[in-house]
Amino acid sequence: MTSVDTERSITVTVNGVPREATLPVRRLLSDALRHDLGLTGTHVGCEHGVCGACTVLVDGQPMRSCLVLAVQVDGASVTTVEGLARDDHQGGQVLHPVQETFRECHALQCGFCTPGFLVTIAAGLEARDKAAEITEEEVDEIVGGNLCRCTGYANIKKAVRHAAAAMRPTGADHTGHFGGGDGAW
Amino acid sequence: MKPAPFRYADPGSLDEALDVLVAEGAGAKVLAGGQSLIPLLSMRLAAPATLVDINRVPDLDTVEATGDGVRVGALVRHVGLLHDAAAARVQPLLARATANVAHPAIRNRGTTVGSIAHADPSGEMTAVLALTGGSVTVATPSGRSTVGWRDLFVGPLETSVHGPAIVVDAFFPALPPRSGTAFAEISRRKGDYAVCGAGVVVTLSENGTVSAVRASYLSVGLVPEVYDLTDAVNGQAADSADWAAAGELARTLVDPDGDLHASADYRRLLVGVLTERTLAEAAAEAVLRSAA
Ligand SMILES: Cc1cc2nc3c(=O)[nH]c(=O)nc-3n(C[C@H](O)[C@H](O)[C@H](O)COP(=O)(O)OP(=O)(O)OC[C@H]3O[C@@H](n4cnc5c(N)ncnc54)[C@H](O)[C@@H]3O)c2cc1C
Ligand code: FES
Ligand code: FES
Repeated sequence: MTSVDTERSITVTVNGVPREATLPVRRLLSDALRHDLGLTGTHVGCEHGVCGACTVLVDGQPMRSCLVLAVQVDGASVTTVEGLARDDHQGGQVLHPVQETFRECHALQCGFCTPGFLVTIAAGLEARDKAAEITEEEVDEIVGGNLCRCTGYANIKKAVRHAAAAMRPTGADHTGHFGGGDGAW
Repeated sequence: MKPAPFRYADPGSLDEALDVLVAEGAGAKVLAGGQSLIPLLSMRLAAPATLVDINRVPDLDTVEATGDGVRVGALVRHVGLLHDAAAARVQPLLARATANVAHPAIRNRGTTVGSIAHADPSGEMTAVLALTGGSVTVATPSGRSTVGWRDLFVGPLETSVHGPAIVVDAFFPALPPRSGTAFAEISRRKGDYAVCGAGVVVTLSENGTVSAVRASYLSVGLVPEVYDLTDAVNGQAADSADWAAAGELARTLVDPDGDLHASADYRRLLVGVLTERTLAEAAAEAVLRSAA
C-alpha cells in the first residue's frame, strides 16, 4: 500500500553533494534549499511562478523551485546559483561565463533577480547549438520568463550575447572581449 | 504564501493512485506538473487534505501520433509536445499553441493534460482540444471512459471529472485533408496568459475554394467554444477571401468579459483582428497542403 505522509526524509544531490533532509511534505523546494540546506543564493520573489528569481536546475532542466515540492526531488540532482562556478583545481573557482559577463556588462543592480537569471541563462546557453551565433529571438526566449525591477534588461541581454560568444567552441568571438571559450561549460 | 498542511502520496502505479484517491476521499487532489496547483496552494486558494502525486506512475509520458490524431499522455510536459515532430505533422496546432504556453522553465514541468484538467479558459490547450474536436480518457476505479471536450468543460477551472478519477490522456484528432491552421495571441509579456488569443482551422473544397472555417478563442467566455465562421467566406477563393468579414462575424458571435487586464470591448476588437490575421495564414497553409 502506498504510504500517505505529512513528513518525509529525502536525499538530493545539490551542486554535486548528496544532502539529506527530513521535512514536512508541504515544504517548497525553494524553502528547503534556503532554510533546510542553508543555500540562500536561490531568491524568492513572488512565490507563485511569475518572477523566475527562484529558478534552479532539476536534473539539468530549469524549473521554478517555488513550484516544486521538496519531496518531489528525492533522488534527483539540483543545481543552484552556488553551483554554477567551476572548480579551478587550485583551491579556487572559475565563474561561469555568464557570471563573468554579468559583471562585465553591469547586468545587475540590486541583485535580487540575478540568481534566477544566471541559472536560467546558463541552462539556456547550454541547451543551444553553441557554435551558432545567438539571435535576438533566442535571447528573448531565454530571459523572457524572468523579471528584473532595476536594470531595464538591456544589459542583461548584452551579457547573454557575450556569454554565448564566450561559450562558442571555436573561440570565434564578435565582441573581441570574451573569446577563447573552450565550450566546456 | 506557503501551502496549508496536507498529506502526500506518490504511488508507483495507476491502480495504486486510484486506491489512494478512494481511501483519502473528497479532500484528495491529483498533482501533476504543479505549475497551476502549487500557486493555488501557496495563495491558499486551494487547501486539499491530500495530494496524490502522479509523477511516478509509469507509461503516462508518451506522445502517440497516428493518422487519426495525437494522443498525449498525462505526464507529457509542455516542452515534450512542443518538440514532437510527428505530432506537429499530424496536428500542427499542437506545437503552435504550446509555444505560447508559459515560459521555458514552466514548460519543463507543466503538463498538457494538466492544463486541460485545470480548465482555464485562458489556456491554450483547452481551446485547441475544443477546436480539434478532441477528448480525454478518464480512469476511475470502475474503468475507463472517453469524455468529449464539450462534456468536459463545465465552467472556469471546472471540469466534469470528479471523485477518484485521473485523466490518463488527451486525444487531438488529426488536421483534416486540404486544411490549414494558425494560432496567435496577445499577451502583456511573452509566455504570460493571453489577454486574447485565437486558433483557427480553414478547410478548402476540392476546387480550392473555402468550404469550412472554425475558430476558438482564449480568455473569451467561461469555457472554450468553437465558432463556425464559414458563412462569411463560403465558396470564396482561398487567396482572396474576405477574411475581414470573417473577423467581423466573429466579433458579433463572441461575448467576452472585461477584467483587470482588458475591457470586454477591447477583447472583442482583438477577436476581430486576430481572426482576420490567423485565417489568412491558415488559408495559405491549406493551399500548400492541398497541393502536396
Ligand atoms: C507564470 C506562469 C505562467 C503560465 N502561463 C500559462 C499560459 O500562458 N498558458 C497556459 O495554458 N498555462 C500557463 N501556465 C500554467 C501551466 O501551463 C500549467 O502547467 C498547467 O496549467 C497545469 O498543468 P500541470 O501539469 O502543472 O498541472 P497541476 O498544476 O499539477 O494541476 C492543475 C489542476 O489539474 C488537475 N490535474 C492535473 N493533472 C491531472 C490528471 N492527469 N488527472 C486529473 N486531474 C489532473 C489537478 O488536480 C489540479 O486541479 C502558467 C503557469 C505559470 C506559473
Ligand atoms: S519566487 Fe518562484 S517564480 Fe517568483
Ligand atoms: S537587479 Fe534588481 S531586480 Fe534585477
